[in-house]
Amino acid sequence: MAERVLVKGTEAIGEAAVRAGCRLFFGYPITPQNELPEYMSKRMPEVGGSFLQTESEVATINMVYGAACTGRRVMTSTSSPGFSLMQEGVSYMAGAELPAVLVNVVRGGPGLGDIQPAQGDYWQATKGGGHGDYKLIVLAPSTLQEAVDLIGLAFDLADEYRNPVIVLADGVIGQIMEPVTFPEFRDPDTLPKHDSWALQGAVGREKHVVTSFDIDPVVLEKMNFELVDKFERIESKEKRWEEYKLDDADVVITSFGTIGRISKSVVEKAREEGIKVGLFRPITLWPFPYERLEEIVKGKKLVLDVEMNMGQMLEDVKLAVKDNAPIAFYKRMGGMVPTPEEILNALKMELGR
Amino acid sequence: MAMQIIQKKPESLTDKEFTYCPGCTHGITHRLVAEVLDELGIREKTVTVGPVGCSVFAYQFFNTDATVAAHGRAPAVATGIKRARPDLCVFTYQGDGDLAAIGTAEIMHAANRGEKITTIFINNAIYGMTGGQMAPTTLLGMKTTTTPYGRNSNNDGYPIHVSEIIKETKGVAYLARVKVNTPQDVQKAKKAIKKAFLAQLKGIGFGMVEVLSTCPTNWGLDPVAALKWLDEHMVPEYPLGVFVDKVGDEQ
Repeated sequence: MAERVLVKGTEAIGEAAVRAGCRLFFGYPITPQNELPEYMSKRMPEVGGSFLQTESEVATINMVYGAACTGRRVMTSTSSPGFSLMQEGVSYMAGAELPAVLVNVVRGGPGLGDIQPAQGDYWQATKGGGHGDYKLIVLAPSTLQEAVDLIGLAFDLADEYRNPVIVLADGVIGQIMEPVTFPEFRDPDTLPKHDSWALQGAVGREKHVVTSFDIDPVVLEKMNFELVDKFERIESKEKRWEEYKLDDADVVITSFGTIGRISKSVVEKAREEGIKVGLFRPITLWPFPYERLEEIVKGKKLVLDVEMNMGQMLEDVKLAVKDNAPIAFYKRMGGMVPTPEEILNALKMELGR
Repeated sequence: MAMQIIQKKPESLTDKEFTYCPGCTHGITHRLVAEVLDELGIREKTVTVGPVGCSVFAYQFFNTDATVAAHGRAPAVATGIKRARPDLCVFTYQGDGDLAAIGTAEIMHAANRGEKITTIFINNAIYGMTGGQMAPTTLLGMKTTTTPYGRNSNNDGYPIHVSEIIKETKGVAYLARVKVNTPQDVQKAKKAIKKAFLAQLKGIGFGMVEVLSTCPTNWGLDPVAALKWLDEHMVPEYPLGVFVDKVGDEQ
């Protein structure tokens, strides 16, 4: 029976990766996620893995690219400005179809911003970030236990689809302490070997080539179509979300990550005051669960989207809701985290109460 | 009368025709690398990391597992492969724009870490693939498509000497500058390339060979004149020699 242990967010993510069979970690210091590479620098030698502190996030993502070329599980973590620097490599990895898990502990932006929790990297994570036609699977945990579970899922999805997967957290997830139950250790030898394409030395077989490059537009377009097919497969199979007290709700709050968790408190407080509120929380930000959200909001009085950014997921909420319900939006930015009370007040204002 | 094969294409090269211009010395260096891989018997455990530039097609020419790195990032990609699979032999093949301009951080730190990889650095003093622009290694006074009046140190800075810079880093196990414009030089270059691979295979550290190369197309010279121009202009700026050798003579 697995025991529950009290851990800090970044360390929980690190341990979850180790248990998922990750034995390769590359990273560069940036706040607020430094405890994760620090944890991995201690943990990797204990499990026969490799940790390397790199010269930059540009080097980091290219080392991740190289390690992923061998078919082994590899992870990096960073925070917003560092993730911007990685975008070149992320585009190359998507083009070359390389599996890896990238953790972005989002902080206030744009530019240097600050080091407090924020959600301003939603567009970068879900709509591109680098050049060219590609998509990344984006998972957004709202508790530490969910972060631990999603790290395991992230590695499995990366392997299954040969695609980078982002775990989009924020400073709250990174810094809180909570009790979690870790999964069992997975033996790296039992994980997918990717023998059909990985770079392992061409022993008694034709050479393997891993690349995002082809000079011939006829061939490159074919590669693009194959990527699109893959993204459509992911869209049809991998949408995940949480529904909370929606059955009798008049109002639907939409929010992700840390705000999704805070919104649960809003649901409880509102119900104490006799306002029937429920929560729809996307767990996969891409692929976004448009169809289910559209179904849920039919006949509702209000959809209140709450985010720690200027309204980034709001665009996807609008695409899902269409004209089935009125949409309101409440935001905090720059590293400010809203309280349940202020969200409830905003909701009551919208309802004219 | 029985026929004997006395010369053949190395097994470490594919049958793909080179895409290089007539008189370009990339082809010679490709062959030398392939001969070394054959002689060391490591083709089946080698991974080629290609660059962006004229040799972006290296992944098609070397008969090994291969990938193509983003511009300048080959040493980081090679590091990732080597850390994941220390049993493999990993080498990067990079031009002067790739290694000495956009990729300076990556080559510097790979060398300084003593990363057990090998780098073949082609210095022809110009950007070939993009059409003859100034490289960080372009000579002072040299005309390129972005220095139409000649490279001027006041505006464009000076030719960069990467080998002289990274020879000071402690992680370098073998480092030499060679040229391949005469048969004798080709033989010397092959010895250097072999040592740069042995530095990796013996686990000593980082190995690199800088190869002074010709670019007749973008230099505006015919192939023979380009070979001569290299001796007259490039060698005085970039003296040949072995900068670091921790490999020793026993092979």
